[in-house]
Order: sequence, then C-alpha cells, then structure tokens
Amino acid sequence: MESALPYIWAGLLVLAVFMYVLLDGFDLGLGILFPFAPEDEDRDVMMNSVAPVWDGNETWLVLGGGGLFAAFPKAYAALMPAVYMPIGFMLVGLIFRGVAFEFRFKARGAMRRFWDQAFHWGSVLAAFAQGLVLGTLVQGIALEDGRYAGGMFDWLTPFSFFTGWALVWGYALLGTGWMIIKMEDELAAWARQAGLLAAAVVVTCIVVVSAWVPMLDVAASARWGIDWPSIDWERLMPLVPIPIAVAVTAWVLFSALRRPHWTHMPFIASVVLFLLGYLGLIVTFYPFIIPYSLTITDAAAAPNAQALLLAGAVILLPVILGYTAYVYWVFRGKATSIAGYH
Amino acid sequence: MTDAETMLLLARWQFGFTIGFHIIFPALSIGLASYLAVVEGLWLKTGRRVYLNLYRYWVKIFALSFGMGVVSGIVMSYQFGTNWSRFSEATGSVLGPLLGYEVLTAFFLEASFLAIMLFGWDRVGRGLHFASTCIVAIGTLISAFWILAANSWMQTPAGYELTDGIFTATSWLEVIFNPSFPYRLAHMVMAAYLATALVVVGAASWQLLRGRVNEETRVMMRMGIPFLAIVSVLQLIAGHAHGENVLEYQPAKLAAMEGHWEPQRRAPVILFAIPDEEAETNRHVIAIPEIGSLVVAGDMDAELPGLRQWQREDRPPMTPVFFGFRVMVGLGVLMILLGLAGSVLLLRGTLERSRLFQRACVAMTPAGFIAILAGWITAEVGRQPWTVYGLMRTAESTSPVTADGVGMSLTVYVFTYLIVFAAGAYYMLRIAAQGPDTGEPEPTTPALAAWVDLHPGAPREGIR
Repeated sequence: MESALPYIWAGLLVLAVFMYVLLDGFDLGLGILFPFAPEDEDRDVMMNSVAPVWDGNETWLVLGGGGLFAAFPKAYAALMPAVYMPIGFMLVGLIFRGVAFEFRFKARGAMRRFWDQAFHWGSVLAAFAQGLVLGTLVQGIALEDGRYAGGMFDWLTPFSFFTGWALVWGYALLGTGWMIIKMEDELAAWARQAGLLAAAVVVTCIVVVSAWVPMLDVAASARWGIDWPSIDWERLMPLVPIPIAVAVTAWVLFSALRRPHWTHMPFIASVVLFLLGYLGLIVTFYPFIIPYSLTITDAAAAPNAQALLLAGAVILLPVILGYTAYVYWVFRGKATSIAGYH
Repeated sequence: MTDAETMLLLARWQFGFTIGFHIIFPALSIGLASYLAVVEGLWLKTGRRVYLNLYRYWVKIFALSFGMGVVSGIVMSYQFGTNWSRFSEATGSVLGPLLGYEVLTAFFLEASFLAIMLFGWDRVGRGLHFASTCIVAIGTLISAFWILAANSWMQTPAGYELTDGIFTATSWLEVIFNPSFPYRLAHMVMAAYLATALVVVGAASWQLLRGRVNEETRVMMRMGIPFLAIVSVLQLIAGHAHGENVLEYQPAKLAAMEGHWEPQRRAPVILFAIPDEEAETNRHVIAIPEIGSLVVAGDMDAELPGLRQWQREDRPPMTPVFFGFRVMVGLGVLMILLGLAGSVLLLRGTLERSRLFQRACVAMTPAGFIAILAGWITAEVGRQPWTVYGLMRTAESTSPVTADGVGMSLTVYVFTYLIVFAAGAYYMLRIAAQGPDTGEPEPTTPALAAWVDLHPGAPREGIR
C-alpha cells in the first residue's frame, strides 16, 4: 500500500489539474473572448453565466497547488522557484479578473470599462502564464540535489511563449463551447463562429507543438521514441492512437460547430481534445513529477502524510464533485443579462 | 548586505505585505458570514422584513470581501513555494495535509454554497438558501481552524520528528492540537467577530448620524452593541490566556511584548517606552512598578523573561513586537469601553440619540482590523528568527531565487494590491454608506427622523 501511495496521489493531482483546466479553462476563456462579443449586453450575459461558478472552478487550482505541497513537497519546492515569474503573472492576472466579477457591476462609466479590461487582460495573462509553465515543464527543469539550480529567466523561450499563446486559444475554445451551451440566438451563433476560429488555431498549435518538441533537444521527444531523424517505432507505435484520436476529435469538433442543434457537442469535443493533449503530456512526463529530473517516488511526502490526506480525499472528493454538480444544476439553463447580480 | 540577505528581507516584506492585506478580508468574511446566518435565521423565524433588508445589505459587502479574500488567498498558497521553497520542502509532510484539508473541507464548500447565497434566491427555496448561508458560515470557521492549526504548529511545534532537515508527523492529533492552537483559534475567531461587529455598528451609526433612523439601523445597533460588550471582554480573557501560553512556550516573544531586557521577579508593566535595540535598554519609560508578574503570570514573584537571556541571533526584534502588542491591547480596551458605554445607553433607551457615541462608533469602525494587524505583527515578528519555532530559521527557509526577482514581484504585488484593494474598499464603503434598502419611505429631515424614532410603530406614508 505504501509504495502505491505516491502513484495514487500523482493520479489525484492529475485529476485536480485536469478539473482545473476544464472548469477554469472555460471561464478564463470567457474572459479572453469578452471584448470581442458583439454587444455590451452580451458581456453582461457572459459574466452572469459564470459568476456563480468561477470561484469553485478556481478552487481546483488551490487544490492542485496545495495537493502538490502536501503530497510532493520536494516537487513543489523545486518547481515554484523555477516558474517564479510565470506564477507571479498568473496570480496578478487571476486577481484582476477575479475582482472584476464583483467590481464591474458596481462601477459606472470609465471605471466599468476599466474592470471590463481587467477581466479580459487578467484572463489572458493567467492563461498565457499557465501556458508558460506548461512549456517550461515540457522543456524540463534542471535540478541539483533535488533543488532548482537555474536562473530567474530560464522559462523565457520561444517554445514556452508559443505554448502560452496556444493555451490562450485553447481556453478561448472551451469558452466558446460553454457559450454555445449557455447562450441563445445571435450570441450562440457568434460563439460558433469564434469557436471555428479558435478550433482552427488550436489544432494548428497541436500540430506545431508536436513538430517542435522533437526539434528541441529535450528528453520529451525521446519518450515518444523520437530522436530526430531516427525513430524508435516500437516505442512510438503504441502511442499512435493518441494523434489519431486527436484527428478524429478535431473532425467531430468542426462538424459540431457547424450544426446549430448540437449544443453540447462543441464543448464535449473541446474537452476531449484537452484530455488527449493531457494524456500526451502524461506519457511524456511519466514517471517524472518534475520533468525530467525528479520522479514521483523521489518527491513523495512521508507515507503518513500522504495517507492522512488520502483518507480525506477519498471521502471528500466525491462529496465535492457532488455538490459542485448540484450548483451547476441549480444554475442550469440559458444565461440572461438580468438574471441579476445579487 | 549579501544577495541572500536582501532576498530574505524582501521575501519577508512580501509575505508580510500580502498576508497583511489578505487577513483583513477573511476576518470580515468570517464575521459577516455568521452575522448573515443569524439575520437570515431571524427572518425565517419572525418573518420581519427588516432582517431580509439587512441580509440584502450586508451580503453585498460580504460578496466583495469574500472575492478579495479568495484572490489574495491564492497568492498565499503559491508563495510558500515561490519564496520559501526550503521551508516547504522541510515542512510539507506535516503542514501539507493541514492545508490540503483546508481546501477539501472548507474552500470548495464555501465557493459552491456562496453561489447559492448570492445568486440562488430565485432558484432554491428559503430553507435551502438559509442552509447555504449556514454552510458558508461554517466553512469560514473550518478554514480558520486548519490555517490556524498550521500557523500554531509553526509557533509551537509538537508531534513531529526531525530527520535530515525534514519534518514528519509522529502524532497528527499533537500536530493539529499543538500547545498554542486552542488559544490562537479562539483569539482569532473572536477578533474576526469583533472587527465585524465594529463594522456593523459603525455603518449603523453613520446612518443614524445622517438622520436615517429606521428599523434596520436600530436592529444593527441593538444586536451589535451587546455583542461587542460581551465578546470584547471574552477576548480580553482569551488574550490573557494566550499570553500565558506565550510565556510558557515562546518566552523570548513574551519578553519582546512586555519590553523586558532583563529577567526579573516583580516586573513592572511597561505602558510606553522606546526600545533601544543597540544598547539593549528602554528609553522614555512610563511603567507601573511591581505588578507585571502578577498581570502576566498571576503571581507577584513569578520571573518574567528578559530578551538578554538569548543570544542576539536568537532574539526577535523588540520594537515592532512591543508596539504591535500595545496597539492591539489599547484598541481592545477601547472596544470594551465602547461596548460598555453603548450598553449603558441601550439600557437607558438613548442609543439612537447620542450623537457623540455614534461618532465614536464611526471612528472605531476600522479598529478591529488595525488590532488584528497589530496582533499579527506581535505574533509573527515575535516568532522571529524562526519559521518553525526553535527548529528552523527564517534565513534557512528561503528559495534559491535572487533578490531582484523577489523585489520585482514585490513591486508588482504592491501596485496590484493598491489598485485592486483601494477600489474594493471604495465600493464597500459606498455600499455601506448607502445604507440598507428599507423598503419604505425614508424620513427626509432630522425632525421627522426624531418623530419616527419616538413612534416606531406608526405608518410612515404621510410623514414626508
């Protein structure tokens, strides 16, 4: 049991981070799309549609950070200094967009426009910064004696900039999927148009990243059996279903975006696309928790710490998922501009 | 200063600055959540519209406070790693599960049921709405439980084993219910309640001073003043008990709080002094002789510690601890006096007419928050130079990042917080100043207000 604990925790963190990406992804995406909506009233509708749920969505990020600290303190201690500045950008972005939910409805005139901008740029910055962290992880983090040994700007590469940019589009795609479910008429139609653009960019980004990683001289490509120009087919073949599934999902996504009566499929297909990308990352990183220098077992907290929190997580996570689902159910149906801020 | 020393200093400033801003909002949220639960319960029980109006008034401020608490709290949860990674690595196996439980038992609960509290009026029944308010109120207290357990463990570590610089737990009950935890929890929760009561009473007084005498302000005053009177006295008792705990487990902190350099029996109570850390003595002392040991330890002949008992590198700086403690206690005494004076006026039936008292209440509105900050400075600076008391030094807790990086992020946080929290404070004050929606015509002149005051049951349609 003790030897399985680190892997169970790694699995739970994978779940927490995915829940975060999925849930805060669409509400960050809404912030990214915010200024492009056709009418000012549309912005009220967009904000109202996520106002009840954004806080709960963001709590998964705290669970991800807190869970990493609790279950893998060494990994938490090694990672945070390595992505010091991107984390700072993310936090500042989240502050501005988070308070905008409350402030926007209390401000008038110029200040209201200021909080509109804060909501948009805060969302963009948070998404971009999370993409920077992702790019930094793919490139790998150098540790010495289990501690971060690099500089303050090691995260700053063309590749991480690209993954940052790609994640902004990715969240925008999730945001359009949410809007197609929650909005009506012209706004839903607009979201479908925006979704087509975002989907095209996201699929392109997936292709570009897949081609770019083998060219980076990092361990990531070796895990896929690619050491350009030689390819280890035995390693690559079992993984081929992932890119095939990506292609199929992309096709479903584009079809769904063009069919007005498919209201839920664009969101579901976007989520599956994220899930597949996520699966690709797991394949790339496993068994490392800090790629490619610290493994899941090496970073694990004391077994009694992991066991104590696991006992709580096993009981409480289903309860949390239950009442989270309940809140989404309470606020089901189409969003409106007047459904009233308290 | 070396880069590491500068980094340490900036990292400490960053933590102090961000947590100082953060703590204000959870304190108000803890207090307001419980207040809202009581008010909504009274509304359901009595059916009186005044309670619903009060709920709708304070929930707006609660929502702002909660939102700002959330965003400033996320900063905290990542700062352990960015600036204090060696501390995180060493203590993760002890403190990690405590913070993990805070997320699992409190944060999700609060966030989800807050949605129903704020937006669910038309979507769930009254009973379920009330249940949501109660769940959020309980969530804020559960959150306080875990975070204060973690903080207290850093102050008075127990139930641990230290091997190769890594802490592991030997007894979770001892970790959680460590020696200073019960005192800190009681002290902090009461501080949150007091700070909130002062805000409620201050807002009501502001309305009264503007001639808006109505049932809403009356209820706020009549609930707030007795609460203030009772809880401020209980807080004095809890604070005293906490002080005895500090004497036992963190004597160097107590020496700094009391302003004592030499250990002594029949120690004086130093009311004011300017500590001179270089010369290790106090200047401009105003003190009551003899009774200090009695006040702190309950025994004239008890020996109180002096800071010179410790090597310089093991001492907290006296000045911030000494003054932080006096500001906190001074404000606490003022709260007791305010509660007493208000209770006397309440019994005499002149609470709504005493403008002097109402002005005092308005002036005391921020006192709870200032006292909380002063108390935190006392507790956290007094804990120096340790992050885990007596076991891990603050200087050994930092991350391998440069002073430039920490300084830059500190600058960004300062600008961000000033913009965001200035705006938040402005919106809160504006809502508070507007006063509750009374759902009936407002008296337009002080004379009419006085008439309404004397005839609370009379219909008001004709008095404009």
